[in-house]
Amino acid sequence: MTGDDVASLAREFLAAHDPGDRLEFLRARFDAGLAWVHFPEGLGGLGLPRELQLVVERELAGTPQLDTGVQGIGLGMAAPTILAFGTEEQKKRFLRPLWTGEEIWCQLFSEPGAGSDLATLATRAVRDGDEWVVDGQKVWTSGAHHSRWAILVARTDPDVPKHRGMTYFVCDMHAPGVEVRPLRQITGEAEFNEVFLTGVRLGDDLRLGEIGDGWRVAQMTLMNERVAIGGAPVRRGGGMMGVVTETWRSRPELRTHDLHRRLLRLWVESEVTRLAGTRLREQLSAGQPGPEGSGMKLAFASINQALSGLDVELRAEEGLEYDDWSFRRSESVDFFGRGPGYRYLRAKGNSIEGGTSEILRNIVAERVLGLPSEPRVDKDVPWKDLPR
Amino acid sequence: MTLLYTEVEEELRASVRDLLADRCGPDAVLKRIESDAPYDMDLWKTLAHQIGVAGLLVPEEYGGAGATAREVAVVLEELGRAVAPVPFLTSAVLATKALLEVGEEDLVRELASGDVTAALAVPLSASPYRPLPETVTVGEDGTLSGQVRAVAGADVADVLLVPVGAELYRVAAEHARVEVVPSLDLTRPIATVTFAGAPATALGRFDARRVLAFGAGLLASEQLGVAEWCLDTTLAYIKERHQFARPIGSFQAIKHRMADLWLDVVRARAAARNAADLLAASSAPASDPPAPSGASGGAGADAELAAAVAAAWCSEATLHVAEESVQLHGGIGMTWEHPVHLYLKRAKAAQIALGAPGAHEDAVAELADLPGPV
Repeated sequence: MTGDDVASLAREFLAAHDPGDRLEFLRARFDAGLAWVHFPEGLGGLGLPRELQLVVERELAGTPQLDTGVQGIGLGMAAPTILAFGTEEQKKRFLRPLWTGEEIWCQLFSEPGAGSDLATLATRAVRDGDEWVVDGQKVWTSGAHHSRWAILVARTDPDVPKHRGMTYFVCDMHAPGVEVRPLRQITGEAEFNEVFLTGVRLGDDLRLGEIGDGWRVAQMTLMNERVAIGGAPVRRGGGMMGVVTETWRSRPELRTHDLHRRLLRLWVESEVTRLAGTRLREQLSAGQPGPEGSGMKLAFASINQALSGLDVELRAEEGLEYDDWSFRRSESVDFFGRGPGYRYLRAKGNSIEGGTSEILRNIVAERVLGLPSEPRVDKDVPWKDLPR
Repeated sequence: MTLLYTEVEEELRASVRDLLADRCGPDAVLKRIESDAPYDMDLWKTLAHQIGVAGLLVPEEYGGAGATAREVAVVLEELGRAVAPVPFLTSAVLATKALLEVGEEDLVRELASGDVTAALAVPLSASPYRPLPETVTVGEDGTLSGQVRAVAGADVADVLLVPVGAELYRVAAEHARVEVVPSLDLTRPIATVTFAGAPATALGRFDARRVLAFGAGLLASEQLGVAEWCLDTTLAYIKERHQFARPIGSFQAIKHRMADLWLDVVRARAAARNAADLLAASSAPASDPPAPSGASGGAGADAELAAAVAAAWCSEATLHVAEESVQLHGGIGMTWEHPVHLYLKRAKAAQIALGAPGAHEDAVAELADLPGPV
């Protein structure tokens, strides 16, 4: 099927469905295979190359859109993992409401004692007949407060080295024993949460992948996460750059020579990073994200931080103000919204969330460049014997 | 358009790389730079005759290959990777582009064959965005007098193309004095060119900005090749070199720097490919009306912005990679016998060539509507 075929398919779909009813329209779009054309038929796709999705997006630009700020984790991380490792029943059950936004997803990976060293995580899942009983604490969970489901990694075998004793689950966020507490951040609001899991019972049909294979399944999620954070298509001069240049152009009295030089350098860096992302997507159009996506996320974080800092500096008096420090739940993840102070502070998270920039540099060095790892003392020791 | 390489481009790359591996290894280049003939004209003739690189930009009706900036860029990547001392950039890119722009046909035909070599008589540091220094004048008898410093490829040129005001002149090399000076870049030496009543032929009106910006956008691909060699060579070295009983490439302090260099090179590749692609698209064949240049809009403006972005980024990134490469090689990186200094010298000279990064950033300000303080 060519781009023209896909375009006419999308136009036929649009002619036959009323975009006025948002939810029904999105459901029908999923059923027509126009949700993500590179997914298989029957699962929201048509089994086509990934780049043809752009054709669909162009044709359906004026119709109801997904709320990527709220659905980001489901779309960017849970969905590709479910597609790769889920059973047919799991794919059928989860993907449609995930895509339409009827069910929101969050991610239960990081723990207070397991951040960069995620594989040392301590949340236990113990088999009990056809069920698993989960106990532990997760943290940095964006959107847990409105999530229906979570992707969860838990320890199922403490007697083997840490990378081998984990299993990946879908966690029912409505199950008894799941407690979500907001975690206030430097921006003043609570976008993240702590999630306490106490005797949470999950059916074995919520297990994703084999028992003990959780680390491999999680890698799929994490690589997709980095592409989702750093690899999203932007137009030239868009994203955070667009926010800054709007002020720059409309308020000439704020400009200085020093800011001009720095802005130009960042513009060039943003543009070459955008081009590298475009090139990466061309390479990956048929396949899966590789470790190269980590590089894009590194660049994205650094540029976002520099630009949002420049924005505060540029605005002078206005940069000294802050829109709202009140402690409240955020409705969605938003890198580019609100005031310059919020954006500056929120951008600090870009080099921490989804793999710190330090860990990403290790990944690039080891998996892309083939450099040896640091000597490790924790690789062949059973998890239960590791110092904590 | 694509930012990837086509099969044809990969084939061209393979044939250039094979020839250079055979004839232009680091030892050969190190030996040549201190000889009487720093440019390897035998290698140049082979590149021109066997692979046809001299005529890539030249339309087929004038005996060229009728290829585009995209193929030229791939050749430049390979020549940069080998710091090959051949006059490809100076003759087959800058001089040829200048001749095509003024509509000259006979000399273009000769350049395409590789039997005749030309050089554009401007300082290699000339910025596309400023008027050229007016150091040469036309006498009443039509002869040229004056001097141009830092001309690359002049000592191996049969013909010099001399911009005077808005006009391009052709001067036979034997009518000029060409003095090679000790050059920072050992593999692309420069010369001072002096004209004293030199007989000259006027060729037509010359848009220096268009030609030099085209050159700067493609120089980015040569810089990419330099950066790739530095990254690959350093990577191999730090995997082998042991200190404290482990490869130095296993220390995070070094790994993290390598990851940053890799990211710089990944983005340099995308920027250089984009510039080559848009320069190819905006350089219309002779039969079409010329694409608009400068900020006047359309494909020409897009190409000029892409060239400025690539030139600014690839200049800085390549220099950074080359400097880090010397540092990460430790003591051996400071020795004459290790070739990394050839790459550092090329990277530093190329940073200045055809507009320093700041000049290209100023062009970005103009082309992307990011005006300075009022």
